[in-house]
Amino acid sequence: MSQDQDIPSIGGGFHATHATGKADPHQPDSFAFDAESEAQIAKIVARYPEGKQASAVIPLLYLVQRQMRRQTGSAWVPRAGMDAVAARLGMPPIRVYEVATFYLMFNTRPIGTHHLQVCGTTPCWLRGSDEVLRACKDAGELKGYGDTSADGMFTLTEVECLGGCVNAPILQVDDDYYEDLDYESTVRLIEALKRGEKPQPGSVIGRQTSAPEGGPLTLLDVPGSQGTEKV
Amino acid sequence: MALSDKDRIFTNLYGMQPWNLDAARRRGNWDGTRALIERGRDWIVEEVKQSGLRGRGGAGFPTGMKWSFMPKQSDGRPSYLVVNSDESEPGTCKDRDILRHDPHTLIEGCLLAGVAMGAVAGYIYVRGEYYNEARVLQAAVDEAYAAGLIGRNACGSGYDFELYVHSGAGAYICGEETALIESLEGKKGMPRLKPPFPAAVGLYGCPTTVNNVETIAVVPTILRRGAAWFSGFGRPKNSGTKIFCIQGHVNKPCNVEEEMSIPLRELIERHAGGVRGGWDNLLAVIPGGSSTPMIPKSVCDDVLMDFDALREHRTGLGTAGVIVMDKSTDLIKAIARLSHFYKHESCGQCTPCREGMGWVKRVMDRMVEGRAEVAEIDVLEQVTRQIEGHTICALADGGVWPVQGLIRHFRPMMEERIAAYKASKGGSALALAAE
Repeated sequence: MSQDQDIPSIGGGFHATHATGKADPHQPDSFAFDAESEAQIAKIVARYPEGKQASAVIPLLYLVQRQMRRQTGSAWVPRAGMDAVAARLGMPPIRVYEVATFYLMFNTRPIGTHHLQVCGTTPCWLRGSDEVLRACKDAGELKGYGDTSADGMFTLTEVECLGGCVNAPILQVDDDYYEDLDYESTVRLIEALKRGEKPQPGSVIGRQTSAPEGGPLTLLDVPGSQGTEKV
Repeated sequence: MALSDKDRIFTNLYGMQPWNLDAARRRGNWDGTRALIERGRDWIVEEVKQSGLRGRGGAGFPTGMKWSFMPKQSDGRPSYLVVNSDESEPGTCKDRDILRHDPHTLIEGCLLAGVAMGAVAGYIYVRGEYYNEARVLQAAVDEAYAAGLIGRNACGSGYDFELYVHSGAGAYICGEETALIESLEGKKGMPRLKPPFPAAVGLYGCPTTVNNVETIAVVPTILRRGAAWFSGFGRPKNSGTKIFCIQGHVNKPCNVEEEMSIPLRELIERHAGGVRGGWDNLLAVIPGGSSTPMIPKSVCDDVLMDFDALREHRTGLGTAGVIVMDKSTDLIKAIARLSHFYKHESCGQCTPCREGMGWVKRVMDRMVEGRAEVAEIDVLEQVTRQIEGHTICALADGGVWPVQGLIRHFRPMMEERIAAYKASKGGSALALAAE
């Protein structure tokens, strides 16, 4: 009988430390919010009622992940960062670990400089996400999902529906969606990333966002549409 | 007859114009909002009821009725509006366009809905992957605060209403309203048992209503143009306009706002350039996001796109994510991939879902190969019936419905696959161990 072929995601929880009982060599001993993160924290916590600051746990874990990217080039949340969030919000550390390991977007192990996230759910699959995956493997020199390239440039992850289905297939690179891809355009995108460039996110075939290819068929007669200024 | 531009609510759906406040005002947003607030809470709820608006997040519950469940008098606890922008149902990408291109329709809607339910604050929960969209929304919220449209004495109406943007972090389950509330409180997104319903005990234990982005964003236009205008579109009990996401094997995938009850074929051919290879090349359509069972071409030929018409065919309008599959599609694989999705996204709280989604996925993976017995199709069907309705939330229901739809309409295809596999193995009977 077939077993689950699931490859452990890169957000693989505490496998390295807890499941095997071995220390994870990547884990830093300490984490402290830098000035840029500190500037955000007060604003974030103020969104929630007094005594409900635990609501800020997801936003603060993001701050940790972004700060790690600034400081180390790898966007991830180390154990010490979770502890820093727990201390700041007055939460038991276990409550923060639970959140950090429940949500897919927190990387609990270091990742490459760029995070290639291939949407493989049915709407993208129907439009050729297998080709996007193949291009990522070929151009990014990656063995498959969960892999990080030898040069540390890319980590490859399969993600579930990204919510951009009329522009399928989609590859999310770090924070940005690249849309309407095929094998060749994905290779070009990855080659550009290797050169240190950041191609314009969005449709790679020049579509106006979610409008049909060739231009909108509706909303051609809209009040206030005198300007052609783009967002 | 197609909807005309003058009757479209989301006039910047494609981002042809800037999203900002000046441009939004030129498009008619924030026009006379104070006067609408001054007509009072009861008037707003009644107008939304009369409009026939049903929730746009998938379940289609009447919005005005949902709002009327909120307490009229506070018992000391504040009331909250929570906007569900966790858009993660495969096939759905409509709220993304509202967030990034028309955020002021949503913000104005939040204020008016907040007044209608006596809410002191609103939280807009945006899926974490929509990083850029959340930034636009936050900037638009900041603009609205700076212009005095929200916050203390919103629009000069005397009503105080705070509005916050909150990002999630990648979990489909957080689109379930009580899981969303848990997540917003800083916990794992695990759904709560109901009752109590959020209108009684919701965010921070306070009365809360959770509405989808599109549901909230259509409200200002309904109030300005009148309930009768909105209810004039679509069939009775299915009224209004709706954003459809047309994708898959069509020539020109797109989002479009159309009249409810538009025939599916007209929707695809008028707006999405038709099915790849022509209408006769159509095999099946998933009409309302991944959780809704597929319908074969024979149904697609004349079905209307609304709640009731699709329900008659044992599927649903859901989120109106229309996934078109032509004759080149391996339908079994398309559904198996959805089974993988639901297994991946199960929060693990309820046993039938935690174990069942994985079991269904494993059986579906064998069905893709044909490495199964025909009798197992019945076992699979029976197990989906055991899972359905036996969990706290609807994720597991949505996880098994696509499989039921496949078996209902394409069982012969599954049997052929099994026969082909057996033939390839020399026709030997397959010994089956329990999965």
